[in-house]
Amino acid sequence: MQYMSRSTVIEVKGLHKAFGKLEVLKGIDLTVSKGEVISIIGPSGSGKSTLLRCLIHLEKAERGSILIEGRPILDPDHPHISESEIRTRCKKLGMVFQNFNLYPHKSALENVIEAPLVVAKKPRQEAIRAGEQQLEKVGLSDKRDTYPCHLSGGQKQRVAIARALAMEPDILLFDEPTSALDPELIGEVLAVIKDLVKEHMTMVIVTHEMSFAREVSDKIVFMDDGVILESASPEKLFNDPDHPRIRSFLQKML
Amino acid sequence: MEYLLQSTGYILQGGSVTIRLFFLTLLCSLPLGFLGAMAKTSKSRALHILMESYTSIVRGTPLLLQIFFVYYGLPLLIPGLRLDRFTAAALTFILNYGAYFTEIFRGGIQSIERGQYEASKVLGMSYTQTMVRIILPQTIKRVLPPVANESITLVKDTALVVVLGIGDILRNSKEIVARDFTISPFIIAAIIYLGMNYLVVLFFKRLEERYAVYE
Ligand SMILES: Nc1ncnc2c1ncn2[C@@H]1O[C@H](COP(=O)(O)OP(=O)(O)OP(=O)(O)O)[C@@H](O)[C@H]1O
Ligand SMILES: [Mg+2]
Repeated sequence: MQYMSRSTVIEVKGLHKAFGKLEVLKGIDLTVSKGEVISIIGPSGSGKSTLLRCLIHLEKAERGSILIEGRPILDPDHPHISESEIRTRCKKLGMVFQNFNLYPHKSALENVIEAPLVVAKKPRQEAIRAGEQQLEKVGLSDKRDTYPCHLSGGQKQRVAIARALAMEPDILLFDEPTSALDPELIGEVLAVIKDLVKEHMTMVIVTHEMSFAREVSDKIVFMDDGVILESASPEKLFNDPDHPRIRSFLQKML
Repeated sequence: MEYLLQSTGYILQGGSVTIRLFFLTLLCSLPLGFLGAMAKTSKSRALHILMESYTSIVRGTPLLLQIFFVYYGLPLLIPGLRLDRFTAAALTFILNYGAYFTEIFRGGIQSIERGQYEASKVLGMSYTQTMVRIILPQTIKRVLPPVANESITLVKDTALVVVLGIGDILRNSKEIVARDFTISPFIIAAIIYLGMNYLVVLFFKRLEERYAVYE
C-alpha cells in the first residue's frame, strides 16, 4: 500500500459469461488500481481463466461492464463498441499464458520484437535494442537467437513475459504462468514476476502458487463456481477467511 | 546407339511440354490452393459453400474426365470459347491441383494451435498480420510433405494429356514404339520421369531441411 490514493485501471461490474448453457461467470465485480498486484485463486473450473480472457477480450462476455483505464470495452449503454476501438483499449493490457504460446518459427528476440515491429511500427534497430533490454531483464540475453524448441519451459515463459513487456502494457495478466513447468523451473519465472512487483507493475495473476500469491499480492481474490467468494488482503484471506469453502480449499492446497 | 540417341532426343522434345505443364500447374495451383484455404477458413458461409462444392467435385471425379470436360465440353457450354489443347490441359490441371492444395493448406492452417492466434491478438495484431506473419509461415512447414507428394503425382499425371494428342514424353515414346516395334522408348520415358521426380524429391528435401531449424 505505497500510495494513498490510486487510480483505477480496470473496473469490472456485474460480469456474466456463459458457454452455451454453461454459466461460467455469474456476476463478477472487480476493481484493479494502478500498481496493484491481485492474485486470483480458486478451484479448477471456477472461471478464473475465463475472467482474465474476458478482460483482454479473448472472450466476449454477454452482460456487465468492463472499463480499461476509464474506457469501456464492454458497456450495456454502448452495445456497439467497434473491434478497432476495443483493440486500442486492450493494448493497455498484456497477457502471459500457461502454455507460453511463443512463436515456434521465431527466435527469442524475434518473438519479443514481432509486435513492436508490426503493431507499434517501431523502426527495426530501435525494436531490437529494446528487445535485447527486455531479454536482459528476464535473464536471457544469451538466448537471443535461440528458437523456442531449444529453450526450457522456464526460459520459454520468461521470453513470453519479455514479449508481453515489449508492448509496454500498463497492466499484465498472468494465467497460471508456472502451471506447465517442472517444479525446479517455477522459481526462475516467479523471480521475474517479483522483479515486476518491485517496479510497481499492475498485475492480475491467476495462480496455484499459494505462498507466492501471499508474498507478492496486495489483494487475493477467491473465485468459486463463477462468483467471487471473497476478496481480501493476503493476511485476512489466508489466515481468517470468511467462508468455510475457502478454508477447506486452502487446507488442500498447503 | 545412334538410334537410341535419336529416340531419346525425340522423347525429350515431348519433355518440354511435360515440364511446361508441370511448372505452369504448380505456379498457378499453389496460389489458388492458398486462396481456397483462406476462403475455407474464413467466416463467410457463402465462400464455404462455394469452396466446398469446388473441392468435392474436383476431388470426387477422375482427372481424365475433367480434361475431356474442359476440352470438349466447355466450348459447347460457352459459345465462342476456343481452347487449344495445351491451354485446356493446363487449365484442368490448375483447377484440379488447386482443389487438392486447398484441402492440404486448409488442414495445415487448422493444425496451428489456437494459442498462436490468441498470443497474436493480445499483442494487438490484426487478423491479416496474424495470418501473414504467424500462421502461414508455420503452415508452409507443415504442408511441405503433402505438397511434395502432390508434386510427384503431378509429374506422372502430366502423361494424361496424351488423350488430347499433345506431344508429351509419353506420346512421343508411344509413337516410336508403334513405328519401330521396340519397347526401349518406354524405358527411356520411364527413366526421364524417374529423373524428374528425383529432382522434385531433392528440391523438397532441401526445403524441408531449411525449415528444420525450428521444432
Ligand atoms: N471455450 C469454452 N467453451 C466451453 N466451455 C468452456 C470454454 N472455456 C471454458 N469453459 C468451461 O468454463 C468453465 C470455467 O473454465 P475456466 O477455464 O475459466 O476455469 P479455471 O478457473 O481457469 O480452471 P483451471 O484452474 O482448471 O484453469 C469450465 O467448466 C470450462 O470447462
Ligand atoms: Mg484456467
